[in-house]
Amino acid sequence: MTAVAETLDAVQSATEGGYKWGFSTEIEMDMAPKGLNEDIIRLISSRKEEPQWLLDWRLKAYAAWLKMEEPHWAMIHHPPIDYQDLHYYAAPKKKAGPKSLDEVDPELLKMYEKLGIPLKERAILAGVELPEGEAPQVAIDAVFDSVSVATTFKATLAKAGVIFCPISEAVRDHPELVRQYIGSVIPAGDNYFAALNSAVFTDGSFVFIPKGVRCPMELSTYFRINARNTGQFERTLIIVEDGGSVSYLEGCTAPQRDENQLHAAVVELVAMNDASIKYSTVQNWYPGDAEGRGGIYNFVTKRGICKGANSKISWTQVETGSAITWKYPSCILQGDGSVGEFYSVAVTTNHQQADTGTKMIHIGRNTRSTIVSKGISAGKSNNTYRGKVSVLKGAENARNFTQCDSLLIGDQCGAHTVPYIESRNPTAKLEHEATTSKISDDQLFYCRSRGLSQEDAVGMIVNGFCRDVLKELPMEFAVEAQKLLAVSLEGSVG
Amino acid sequence: MLEIKGLEASIGDKQILRGIDLVVPSGEVHAVMGPNGAGKSTLGYVLSGRAGYEATAGLATFNGADLLDIEPEERAALGLFLAFQYPVELPGVGNANFLRTALNALRRARGEAEMDAPGFLKLARAEMKRLSMPDDMLKRNVNVGFSGGEKKRNEVLQMAILRPKLAILDETDSGLDIDALRIVADGVNALRGPDFSALVITHYQRLLEYIVPDRVHVLVSGRIIRSGGPELALELEANGYAGMVADAA
Repeated sequence: MTAVAETLDAVQSATEGGYKWGFSTEIEMDMAPKGLNEDIIRLISSRKEEPQWLLDWRLKAYAAWLKMEEPHWAMIHHPPIDYQDLHYYAAPKKKAGPKSLDEVDPELLKMYEKLGIPLKERAILAGVELPEGEAPQVAIDAVFDSVSVATTFKATLAKAGVIFCPISEAVRDHPELVRQYIGSVIPAGDNYFAALNSAVFTDGSFVFIPKGVRCPMELSTYFRINARNTGQFERTLIIVEDGGSVSYLEGCTAPQRDENQLHAAVVELVAMNDASIKYSTVQNWYPGDAEGRGGIYNFVTKRGICKGANSKISWTQVETGSAITWKYPSCILQGDGSVGEFYSVAVTTNHQQADTGTKMIHIGRNTRSTIVSKGISAGKSNNTYRGKVSVLKGAENARNFTQCDSLLIGDQCGAHTVPYIESRNPTAKLEHEATTSKISDDQLFYCRSRGLSQEDAVGMIVNGFCRDVLKELPMEFAVEAQKLLAVSLEGSVG
Repeated sequence: MLEIKGLEASIGDKQILRGIDLVVPSGEVHAVMGPNGAGKSTLGYVLSGRAGYEATAGLATFNGADLLDIEPEERAALGLFLAFQYPVELPGVGNANFLRTALNALRRARGEAEMDAPGFLKLARAEMKRLSMPDDMLKRNVNVGFSGGEKKRNEVLQMAILRPKLAILDETDSGLDIDALRIVADGVNALRGPDFSALVITHYQRLLEYIVPDRVHVLVSGRIIRSGGPELALELEANGYAGMVADAA
């Protein structure tokens, strides 16, 4: 069975019992006490054996965070978050590195199975070597709770000069690169959640593509949030030097929980001259039950800078999970002729709330950006596109095309579009299109009269609506995402 | 065999069908003609299960199975197909994907093996060639940006691929030029055989020159007021509905 088929099966079996990925894994945890203070930050830093400069950076971020206030401008509502009621550090207890699958914690393997990770990848994730000559196409850096359990394909990638490792390892092995770039796109004090992340991030991925190298495989991270009440603070940093390129996939599922779980990740991308970065996300975290209880609070700061001329950063996201999504993957188009893209599908059902969009900041000349956002709201959910296109004075001939489409299912949900457009250069050409539509009874009946079930019909219509975004996803993700959309909306049309 | 007995149906509070009796044996093509507002389209919708078109009395069975109690997709699985008067657009949904998904849904429901993509494409291309349709019809989104004629031809293509046992054509001829009419008629005629029957709903006699019906029924004010052979259509063409209504009264 191929990876795609297995993934499909896994998603397909999600059709019953609500959120299929709602399980948790019993693995012994090494956990810091609840609460956040300088000592906890020192503990995190010392557990990770970090250099002094990083501890200082964390403490500075913490000091900044203390002076900041949680933002409330987004169209989301939630009970206050008690930041002192969370664990900020949890690590699976370390055993000696596994030499074969038999030595790997069976609970961990079970979890991979439930996640639908193909068998071959499971072994790789758990750190078991593949036989000679078997070259997998996807490299995975599995983030299991806060510590990366396994990092794969390092050898193959190393041959190409690519660095792909947990960020804590990068701090140890490539401190000069990390020090140069961390916080260079999203400063520690950028916003409330980014500051929090900077203070307490425990892991995440680091990618470095040297000059002229096209990364030989797609890089992939499976995220899991596992420990009860543990906020997850991932930090990802991707740097592509002149002429290099990389495609990075991020996919997430999480166990079912009653308490709300806070997630505040930071992703920074840096593209130099002629470099290109494609960052794709499928986010399927626990959205809460039908009444909206539980579910992940997802406050993410993602930003990339097209530093060099003719560089390109492309964000593609399929957001179906989380109780709250607060996320604006953005591009700073600094290099002349650089290109920023944002393709987004956000699905909300039941009581989910999503406030997501992008910022395109045009600084260089002849910079171009494209925004395609598809919001789908069902149930009693609220779905907001919030975007900003900003053309600075020196950005001669900047171009932007924005398309925001909303699809409503039922009559109790909301779709909102909040576009900000500012231009300080008269040569700019900016286009904005927006539509709002409903799945019509005509469309449903047409499909059903041809033999499709109501749910297949909804899935097909929604996938059609999202087509412009889904086609931007790498193949294996696109297949998974299509299925996910259909599964997410099951039962939403009465 | 389609059997309809004493069928009454309403849209909301408004009664449209006032007792329809009609039998279409396997292998036969019957035409239903009638003036605007007679209930022709309603008959098609009630038989295929459109929400809002409620049967309030009577029976409709197909090969013995009660049609009125089951979902539209279950009726499709029994072999029903409604060619729409106004085919619906599905933005972003490729015609090939739509058709293959539909075909496989029907196959699954019937306990048959699903058809893989290459097998489907071969089938679809052959049918399209037979119906003189350009290849790009499969690549385009379902009915999006299609001309009126193309939409109707697309309905016939779907019918050719899904191979229904009972096709209901709801004014498939409206808005068609003579060439398109011929293609549509060819599509229906190609399916004719002992296991295929059709209910051709039309305003005009013109289509019936190409799809020669075994029987013609005249539907007026929710009732079938006359039935006869193909010659009945010619009589209608000559005298109009008004005369016939007067006769029946």
